[in-house]
Amino acid sequence: MNATWSRFNIVSIVLGFAFLYLPIVLLIIFSFNESKLVTVWAGFSTKWYGELFRNQSLMDAAWVTARVGVLSATFATILGTMAALALTRYTRFRGRVLFSGMVFAPLVMPEVITGLSLLLLFVAIGLDRGFLTVTLAHITFSMCFVAVVVQSRLMTFDRSLEEAAMDLGATPVKTFFQITLPVILPAVISGWMLAFTLSLDDLVIASFTSGPGATTLPMKIYSQVRLGVTPEINAACTILIGIVATGVIIASLVNKRREVQRLRDEQAANRG
Amino acid sequence: MKSLGSIRRSFSPWTDPAAKPYIVFENVTKKFGDFTAVNNLSLAIYEREFFALLGASGCGKSTLLRMLAGFDEPTSGRILLDGQDLRGIPPYRRPVNMMFQSYALFPHMSVEQNIAFGLKQEGMPKADIDKRVADMLKLVKLEQFAKRKPHQLSGGQRQRVALARSVAKRPKVLLLDEPLGALDKKLREETQFELMDLQQNLGLTFVVVTHDQEEAMTMADRIAILDKGQVMQVATPAEVYEAPVSRFVANFVGNVNMLEGTVAERSEKTATITGASGAQIRVENAGDATAGSTVAFAIRPEKIKVSSRKPDGAANVMEGEIYDLAYLGDMTVYHVRLVDGQVVKASALNSSRITEDPLSWNDKAWISFAPDAGVVLTR
Repeated sequence: MNATWSRFNIVSIVLGFAFLYLPIVLLIIFSFNESKLVTVWAGFSTKWYGELFRNQSLMDAAWVTARVGVLSATFATILGTMAALALTRYTRFRGRVLFSGMVFAPLVMPEVITGLSLLLLFVAIGLDRGFLTVTLAHITFSMCFVAVVVQSRLMTFDRSLEEAAMDLGATPVKTFFQITLPVILPAVISGWMLAFTLSLDDLVIASFTSGPGATTLPMKIYSQVRLGVTPEINAACTILIGIVATGVIIASLVNKRREVQRLRDEQAANRG
Repeated sequence: MKSLGSIRRSFSPWTDPAAKPYIVFENVTKKFGDFTAVNNLSLAIYEREFFALLGASGCGKSTLLRMLAGFDEPTSGRILLDGQDLRGIPPYRRPVNMMFQSYALFPHMSVEQNIAFGLKQEGMPKADIDKRVADMLKLVKLEQFAKRKPHQLSGGQRQRVALARSVAKRPKVLLLDEPLGALDKKLREETQFELMDLQQNLGLTFVVVTHDQEEAMTMADRIAILDKGQVMQVATPAEVYEAPVSRFVANFVGNVNMLEGTVAERSEKTATITGASGAQIRVENAGDATAGSTVAFAIRPEKIKVSSRKPDGAANVMEGEIYDLAYLGDMTVYHVRLVDGQVVKASALNSSRITEDPLSWNDKAWISFAPDAGVVLTR
């Protein structure tokens, strides 16, 4: 690779990153603003973080978001892993292409459409909108992300490991839990993290499918902002950014490390 | 150890009509879509036999092994193990274990845990498992590596772990898929003999899949040579080498010269074959070749004598010149171009230090061989 940095490259990188991160950096800076006016700097303070934790409605929304996130990520991981297994294992079944296309379609589906169609479904079957419907909606749209992550791991999974386990007397169920799952676990965990993060920062689908008493944090923030931005919201957003960033970084680090380790193992195994 | 040879020599249940085969393939066919991997194949393997399935890749040998292990079911035909039809029995309920070509060691388990895996599935008590694992580690000389993970082992050590894991359950039959394929040459030769000892000591039936004819010749009691999903010949290594039944088998195992011709004369045992250039070959044991049929006379290089003067009294003598030669130290390989243009390979053991009349490139030479030095092949 050419390591020399042309002026053009530097400018484009600076511009690109500024474009992406300047608003976020501003938001983080102003969350530490002493003043109540969001756009006027009046010195450093963490008081809005304190305010935030005393704001009951915001805290309620955060609690709802956390529960929705954990529940939907967990179910999405189970379903997404199952879908990935089906798609990599049964390569010959009728309609496989259609099925895999359908599993991955929500990746590119506009959220508005996903949200609207889910809303119509819930109304049609007479399900009262609330905690349950948001959770279901989040499972639906984050499942395909898990499926993608797990499927890419399964592509390189050595099937003879499973055959060896069965050959040694393990039933298919035992084989899955003792061999397959432990080996693909890093991908499953990073799938969970991804699903949790997606659920955490979703606004569109949540606003379509949520009901009274199940306001998620992004919904709460959005509705408050319409009445005027307060430094409190900046603080809440900063915390959210922190959580999401940590999740994404940990997920990718874990995956990367395992990947490197696995590659080394498999290379060594093949060399043997 | 001294008894090994004699045991192996006296072991030949396939010649005993009263002996009951242990594993039987009965008209087994396996199709994958349009591709026929195994084509109406029948085979009998005896208890305690070291049986090799030898063939080029894609000949169906691995499919046979996988059907025996239960990973694939035959499209038609039956497989019997000790008289029991294996159809419908899943791999985890078959009394056979397999050693995989890739070894398939569980990467998240230590050597110990890998070996103990099958025993745990049986529900064996912990103390017994520990003892068996210790025995197995000792058997494959890996005691000090018990706590290591597979990726911390060398190729040879991994191969031993895979072996220990597959024999830990004391299966009735051990299936080995290219067991030495991933080892380097020196290690492979050592391990061949270790496998033979192990098979004798444990009294197991081994079915080994290999594409390496030398490996099959060294280890196996009998070899089945496969091509396009069918058995070409099942015989002991010596029979396969000295009495191949077809051109394919003769070519597949070892080096061979094929002298094509037609049978000019046929008496009860002997025959005369006329080659393309009119040269006559007198042979004994002409098999089922009938007068007038097109045949190949297959003769191994070491059975042909090369001399610089026309030999007296030899049954078959052909004239030619030295086209190429390779001095290998222990032996010399000659390529002799006959007057009809065919090049015949001949090898001579250099049993004395000084050859009396060394042959060189383009020298005139005669090849000679006995009437029973080769076989007549009609197929």
